[in-house]
Amino acid sequence: MYLIPCPHCGPRAQVEFTYERTVDSVVQPDAATGVAMRALFTRANPMGLDEEIWRHSFGCRAWMVLTRHRVTHAIEAVRAVGPEALP
Amino acid sequence: MTGPSRIAPGGETLGFTFDGVAYRARAGDSLAAALLANGVGLVGRSFKYHRPRGVLSAGVEEPNALVTVGEGGRTEPNTRATDLFVYEGLVARSQNRWPSLGVDFGAAIGLFSKALPPGFYYKTFFGPAKRWLRYEWFIRRAAGLGPAPTLPDPDRFSQRAAFTDVLVVGGGPAGLTAALEAAEAGRRVILVEQDAMLGASLVRDADLPAQAWLGETVDRLHALGARILTRTTASGYWDHNFLSLTQRLAEPGAIPTHCVAQRLWHVRALQVVLAAGAIERPIAFTNNDRPGVMLSQAVRTYVRRFGVLPGCRVVIATNNDDAYRTAQALAEAGAEIVAVLDARPRPADVAERFPVFWNARPASVEGSRHHLRRVSAIVDGAERSWNADLLAVSGGFVPAAHLHMQAGGKLDWNEGAQAFTPGATPQACVTIGAAASPPASTVSAPVGHPKKSFVDFQNDVTLADIDLAWAEGYRSVEHLKRYTTLGMATDQGKTSNMLALARLAEKGRVAIPDAGLTTFRPPFTPATMGLLGGPAARHAGAHVRRIALHDSHAALNPIWQPLGYWFRPRAYPRGTETLAQASLREARSVRTGVGMADVSTLAKFEVTGPDAAAFLELVCATSVSKLAAGRGRYTFMLREDGMVFDDGTVWRVAEHRYLLTSSTGGADRMAAHISYVRNCLRPDLRVSAVNVQEHYAGIALAGPRARETLAALAGTTLPRHMSIEPGEIGGIPVWLLAASYSGERAFEIYAEATRIAPVWTALAAAVEAADGCPYGLEAMELLRIEKGHIVVGGEVDGRLTPHDLGLEKMLNKAGGFVGASGLGRPALSDRGRRELVGLEALAGTIPEGAMLVTAEGCPPEGHVTASARHILHGGSIALAHLADGRYRHAEELIATSPTRGLATRVRVVSPHFYDPAGDRYRD
Repeated sequence: MYLIPCPHCGPRAQVEFTYERTVDSVVQPDAATGVAMRALFTRANPMGLDEEIWRHSFGCRAWMVLTRHRVTHAIEAVRAVGPEALP
Repeated sequence: MTGPSRIAPGGETLGFTFDGVAYRARAGDSLAAALLANGVGLVGRSFKYHRPRGVLSAGVEEPNALVTVGEGGRTEPNTRATDLFVYEGLVARSQNRWPSLGVDFGAAIGLFSKALPPGFYYKTFFGPAKRWLRYEWFIRRAAGLGPAPTLPDPDRFSQRAAFTDVLVVGGGPAGLTAALEAAEAGRRVILVEQDAMLGASLVRDADLPAQAWLGETVDRLHALGARILTRTTASGYWDHNFLSLTQRLAEPGAIPTHCVAQRLWHVRALQVVLAAGAIERPIAFTNNDRPGVMLSQAVRTYVRRFGVLPGCRVVIATNNDDAYRTAQALAEAGAEIVAVLDARPRPADVAERFPVFWNARPASVEGSRHHLRRVSAIVDGAERSWNADLLAVSGGFVPAAHLHMQAGGKLDWNEGAQAFTPGATPQACVTIGAAASPPASTVSAPVGHPKKSFVDFQNDVTLADIDLAWAEGYRSVEHLKRYTTLGMATDQGKTSNMLALARLAEKGRVAIPDAGLTTFRPPFTPATMGLLGGPAARHAGAHVRRIALHDSHAALNPIWQPLGYWFRPRAYPRGTETLAQASLREARSVRTGVGMADVSTLAKFEVTGPDAAAFLELVCATSVSKLAAGRGRYTFMLREDGMVFDDGTVWRVAEHRYLLTSSTGGADRMAAHISYVRNCLRPDLRVSAVNVQEHYAGIALAGPRARETLAALAGTTLPRHMSIEPGEIGGIPVWLLAASYSGERAFEIYAEATRIAPVWTALAAAVEAADGCPYGLEAMELLRIEKGHIVVGGEVDGRLTPHDLGLEKMLNKAGGFVGASGLGRPALSDRGRRELVGLEALAGTIPEGAMLVTAEGCPPEGHVTASARHILHGGSIALAHLADGRYRHAEELIATSPTRGLATRVRVVSPHFYDPAGDRYRD
């Protein structure tokens, strides 16, 4: 179980969090169909660092982006979501 | 050996039974030690061939000596006799035998072992599915270990979390040293040892000074505040140095003296030290699974720790130096060492205290099903044999790298030890002691008969089975494992994996490290279900949330139904009414008069701010901005791929204030979705979206007499259809919404949940005065099916688009909502998609969940999502998904459910069975 550094609450156990998606699979509502489907179904899935959206659902409920290594599961960085929209 | 075998007699203060026979044991005896001390050689039957088996090891790696222990709800099957300490009154039974351990009819299977090759099931059980039902009966009879207990476990199980600087796994000299070092440096330390006592190899091998060191070290650790947990196994190593520990506070089957029987620990450690030691490797030869063949270190443990002599005339087979210590221990205890078979060539100068035969490998053993009689070996190419009642074997040592592997670590090949040792790891953990550097050994090819040379004792996998799998093309060790079931028993191949790998490497003419490795998975040793369930095992796993009107319903003694987190009334039967009778009466009351229902659990969101309409036009696939204040409309929401995932209503309460409702079961999902859209997609919008699901409770009032019933109570002008007005009932401020789910004129009355009870009471009195009644979920279901209203989780199953559900005319033409891009996929407008239809039975009842086929035996073209009946005039109706459904009205099909033997002829119709134009509720 990961130890996730919530930017607001500090390190907390993974059970308090919900995984949403990778940053590269965010679909803007006005995206062209092809762009949206590529984001949903043909993601990069790198064997290394990736940016993921998580939510501290059973804590402060804030959204955050983790930079997580997909092989070692090491969390390299975390940043709160906002005030700008995700790309 | 055939009699009691204590080295020094006496001290046996505990009584226990094995297969109904009473025996005595000393305090501290493992069950295996006590059985050996009482001369019990045969303790179990093997899984597949029912071969007689005795004790092989003295630890958790034991594959043979599995027993069922305890009685009633405390029964624990498949417990290792080597990992179970005797207590007064222990009741143990052997497994996998009938009628008794000594006379086992299943052993006849062994005579037909040719008929049970690897892949037996795949090779034998062909044919139609129905025949499998017969096969399964035989398979279940023949296979399996101890049966699971059938009574609830009376014991308590707890869970506990801990944080520590250093977690040391293993209470042997290496682990104790590391723990002491860390504790003296001021670190918080937890040390776990799966045995009942600390010391590990010190208990087996140590002289007096070492024993004294053990005592001093433990005292020092306690003084420094280290937490020492014995009978505790580090069973899982997860991400970010998170480990699960299983602690036994009571022995298996025993009545606990603590308040809990077992405890599951969740430990987060900054640093983990793995000092789990090494597991001795057996040797493959003919009949190497017989009672009387034991691992060398285990023999030494029985002699030194338990004072039990497992044999009097002993042959030792080894490929390393460690086994000579066993010879020494046995000799000191009075046993005769008739031969030491050393696989290695004779060294230049060696002082032999025992009759050692160099370049000697065991070939076979003979004996009864209880005891060993004779050992044969190949010595320098010639066969020799000896009379003996014990053969102690040591085929080298396999580091217990299980946790290291679970942590994501790599293994390095150690040529000198002929074993894999822990290498690099991505987590903060280090391996020390015998697990890091096992003793040197020389492994040589086995010389016995491959068909009787067992590798995996617990699953009865022989060298010949591995050879056959190889011959049939199974090259990868992962495939070999699954095909032969090697290493897949409850011991997870602790003693067998290396033997199998060596054979595979030999077959492939590759070095062992190139043969590959299987994956090590938690738990390290089997865990009981009670432990994993923890405190939740006593109750329902999920929390129960009571709805605000729970007590008002309870007074009516309804049939309850779980829905989402809640319990809601399913129907309110009167007298001897059945569920079906009660729900039909309630539904008829709504169709002909008036009824009331609790709709409090609907998901509700209050959306406010200048950009509230813009936000809702993102979340909802229907237009929202055109809604006038005081008006509402039906809406539905899409996933990004364009599939409908929820529906509800949206109400414009004021200029910049909206109320959005959606399904009860999807409430949490919708709350998360709304938060995602708000925070991740459009944080710039000036809007607040608050979950008010449990803030408001609601009551639906429906039926042709609903308006007059409510008007008498509310005293205000009632809202027109799809309008919202503030009001007051019984002195409580409420929102009055006019919306119809049932197909009749209907209102929903919302009030603050804590103040809703008087509203219910007032409405109930008015409804009763109008000859109406409350209705439950079952009546609601009848009403909405007849009306053709879809429900999330039924017709809305995440695979249908708005078009498939007949909702396309309501889509927001401007687009821009979540899912609009997904709807643009060309394939979504292809013919052949499943679409919502209604079904009418030509005769009989349409089975819920049935498949739709054009004729028996044809492929299914859809399925029934909900089945009901015409409420007023009878006749079975249903909603269904059907390929090209909207073009197939009037077609006749069969709704069939072969597993239940049900089939009904149906006609495809519009899903709107009742008042399709909505005349009954429009103004």
